[in-house]
Amino acid sequence: MLDSFEGYVTEDGRKIGGVVMEMKNITLRFGGVVAIKDISFDIREGEIRAIIGPNGAGKSSMLNVISGFYVPQEGEVWFHGAKRPPMRPFEVAQQGIARTFQNIALFEGMSVLDNVMTGRLGYMKTNIFQQALWKGKAEAEETENREAVEKIIDFLEIQHIRKTPVSRLPYGLKKRVELARALAAEPKLLLLDEPMAGMNVEEKEDMSRFILDVNDEFGTTIALIEHDMGVVMDLSDRVVVMDYGKKIGDGTPDEVRNNQEVIDAYLGVSHD
Amino acid sequence: MAQTQSGAEGMTSLPALLHRNATQFGDSPAYREKEFGIWQCWSWAEAAAEIRKLALGFLEIGVEKGDHIAVIGRNRPAHYWSMVAAQMVGAVPVPLYQDSVAEEMAYVLEHCGAKYVVCGDQEQVDKVIEIQENLHQVKHILYTDKRGMRKYDHSQMNALDDIMAEGSAGHARFDTELDKRIAAITYDDTCVMLYTSGTTGKPKGVVLSNRNVIESAKNSSEFDHLTRNEDILSYLPMAWVGDFIFSIGQAYWCGFCVNCPESADTMMTDLREIGPTYFFAPPRVFETQLTNVMIRMEDAGSLKRKMFHNFMAHAKKVGGLLLDGKPVSFGDKMKYALGNLLVYGPLKDTLGYGRFRVGYTAGEAIGPEIFDFYRSLGINLKQLYGQTEATVFITQQPDGEVRADTVGVPSPAVELKVDDSGEIHYRSPGVFVEYYNNPDSTASTKDAEGWVATGDAGFIEESSGHLRIIDRAKDVGKMADGSMFAPKYVENKLKFYPDILEVVLFGNGKDRCVAFINIDLMAVGNWAERNNVAYASYQELTSHPRVLETIKAHVEEVNKSVAADEMLSGCQVHRFVVLHKELDADDGEMTRTRKVRRRFVEEKFHDIIAALYDGSPNVSTTTEVTYEDGRKGSISATLQIIDAAVVPAAQHKVAAE
Repeated sequence: MLDSFEGYVTEDGRKIGGVVMEMKNITLRFGGVVAIKDISFDIREGEIRAIIGPNGAGKSSMLNVISGFYVPQEGEVWFHGAKRPPMRPFEVAQQGIARTFQNIALFEGMSVLDNVMTGRLGYMKTNIFQQALWKGKAEAEETENREAVEKIIDFLEIQHIRKTPVSRLPYGLKKRVELARALAAEPKLLLLDEPMAGMNVEEKEDMSRFILDVNDEFGTTIALIEHDMGVVMDLSDRVVVMDYGKKIGDGTPDEVRNNQEVIDAYLGVSHD
Repeated sequence: MAQTQSGAEGMTSLPALLHRNATQFGDSPAYREKEFGIWQCWSWAEAAAEIRKLALGFLEIGVEKGDHIAVIGRNRPAHYWSMVAAQMVGAVPVPLYQDSVAEEMAYVLEHCGAKYVVCGDQEQVDKVIEIQENLHQVKHILYTDKRGMRKYDHSQMNALDDIMAEGSAGHARFDTELDKRIAAITYDDTCVMLYTSGTTGKPKGVVLSNRNVIESAKNSSEFDHLTRNEDILSYLPMAWVGDFIFSIGQAYWCGFCVNCPESADTMMTDLREIGPTYFFAPPRVFETQLTNVMIRMEDAGSLKRKMFHNFMAHAKKVGGLLLDGKPVSFGDKMKYALGNLLVYGPLKDTLGYGRFRVGYTAGEAIGPEIFDFYRSLGINLKQLYGQTEATVFITQQPDGEVRADTVGVPSPAVELKVDDSGEIHYRSPGVFVEYYNNPDSTASTKDAEGWVATGDAGFIEESSGHLRIIDRAKDVGKMADGSMFAPKYVENKLKFYPDILEVVLFGNGKDRCVAFINIDLMAVGNWAERNNVAYASYQELTSHPRVLETIKAHVEEVNKSVAADEMLSGCQVHRFVVLHKELDADDGEMTRTRKVRRRFVEEKFHDIIAALYDGSPNVSTTTEVTYEDGRKGSISATLQIIDAAVVPAAQHKVAAE
């Protein structure tokens, strides 16, 4: 296993750093249902880490534990070398974690630009009255943040829909806007919940390109959940496989692909 | 023709014009580009400084006099600067179509022997690297957009910004050399090399000298009284001669501002924001805009719709006359002014034509209704006829003499003649020097006296002196009964219906004509939406019975109007198919400037043509398609063949007379 040393170098020559986030023996229950059973794994700086598994395996729950939305009954979450206490979502965001959602959660009536600007809220220090007056500090602050947002709009190639209300956009573009909003927060750790769900091949290729570019250009650590095995194997550096709330595999895409337990979970086992 | 050596007003090259502009009106805007949501601006003085840095950078990486520098990318100031900087160091800029697939690009790069390539982004760099595997001639690749480029091997690669910085840091070493090279440029040196897309055969490299470019820019600017206050939007492919003349030739001659859109997708928004005073677009752009307006009017409230139709009817009556300066009654003038306030003005603003002073459409015939629609709004849209080999201008329409069916009078300093076979020839200061490394083609196109054969058939109207184009000379043929076959005439009539995007007519040497038709997905898709017609794909829409019925009605209407023309009544469409795929440049069916390659289409779809002639009710076919990244696939379909009613030819009329 990789835990024995600090960092490693990927096949394409990227240097992966030390542990950013560590999940230690996490167990999460909803009443009598055990969604996650004693799972441990880590996420290292600069890597693309995937969590995969069949439906109902507990992937989204795991992501919600990472994002601090769910507090596990047992186990510890370590972030940047410190044990993380239970937190409210905005405190998690302040720590540099941003996410996208499986079923898009944008403000439908607002324009793309406004939606992406909401990603900058953590960087806005002026209060509602200053912003209403729109003088001096508030104006300067908005200009500064708009600049950061425009760079992301350029990066994700959504200039042509800058002023379009989100409700009028097709699904694939909405997903990209959501990614833009998450990026606007300049996260250290980006969580993507099924970024390719429901996309056609071309849209998936575009999205994969963007995810790789984000990782490459900004050095953002990315943890993602994805169903499309082809995409996962191409994109990620290391993969955690879950099934019925348990971890059944962890390693590079190749290791995981050849893991008998993983093959059984995905293809099923005969019961004779 | 007077052969001056000193150049027009002493200006013998684009770098010289740049120097003049930077010293005489250095503070006026020269380039704007929308980036990060804001229009960034460079004055002539700033642009001159940037271009000089770039030229120094070229010296730094070892560009020699006479080298070719290919430029592949979308319209951006940096790419225009690269071309002028290339001229400064004595190199020849060769802009290429950025949407070409690697194999097309390989041919051109090999043919011109480019040692340096300026690429817009990673996509273009990847193509050049792929080509380089077999070619081994490119010494250095430069790129504008740094995104995704970090991991590449940079031993023979650099960002444009970086060589500019290196060049200006080392300016002390290169200044003398650069000034020497700028001073050495003569009026007859090559200014640019442009590859014609060619409706037949391989592309040819058209060599244009400084003389060609500067004289043409000067003459055409004077023709339309262009000043340095114009604003143009540069969005057409940089490899196309028109863009070179408008965005560099005329821009440098007049000193006006070139505005570059943020991306290809934002062109319409950017057009509205800039509101160009001088504009150029192929008919397709105007058609698309008109279709959009009509679709939006159909969705508008009844008051708006009534106002629109009422005032548009009035504009149709008097708008064109007003624009031509013809007399119009006082009452009509007042109503037009009211219309301008309520309808025409806001509409022009929405389209981005609020400041439109003069503009051209060319490349293809434009539908008279479309042309008149814009003219009637008070938009001074005109037609011109040109070629790469002529440095664009052959004929243009002067203000006040604009008609939909002609392409105007000879441009200043252009001589025109029509030979016995009907082919148009011209001679002008803009006539190209040669086809690069292709003396045979040069000789067969340009004769010893400098006359160039256009390959188009046409005639000069006695009454007005205007030129009218009939068709490509090689496409004009004869039907089996000896009557004339001019496919474009019929195709254009059909293409004027918004539902129809493209038509190819066959019938040369046959007893009757048949046609391929492409529907316009936007117009037909919108119609389908409004009429609750469900469809899952383009292919399904093309075979929908109601779509076929509509197209059949269009064909039959056109047949009626074709029958009225004595000379061409034999060209009526007897049978047709609606094709299951759009004709596409990636599949070689069209040129990059979107002209149909007739022979290629005829060969590729020979099975469908055979079925059209043998009377079968439908035909099953499999067609190879190429995706944007060069991969190939195929689609199969069974196409229904439709019989259209034809009108007995005009012979009855002859008999009756």
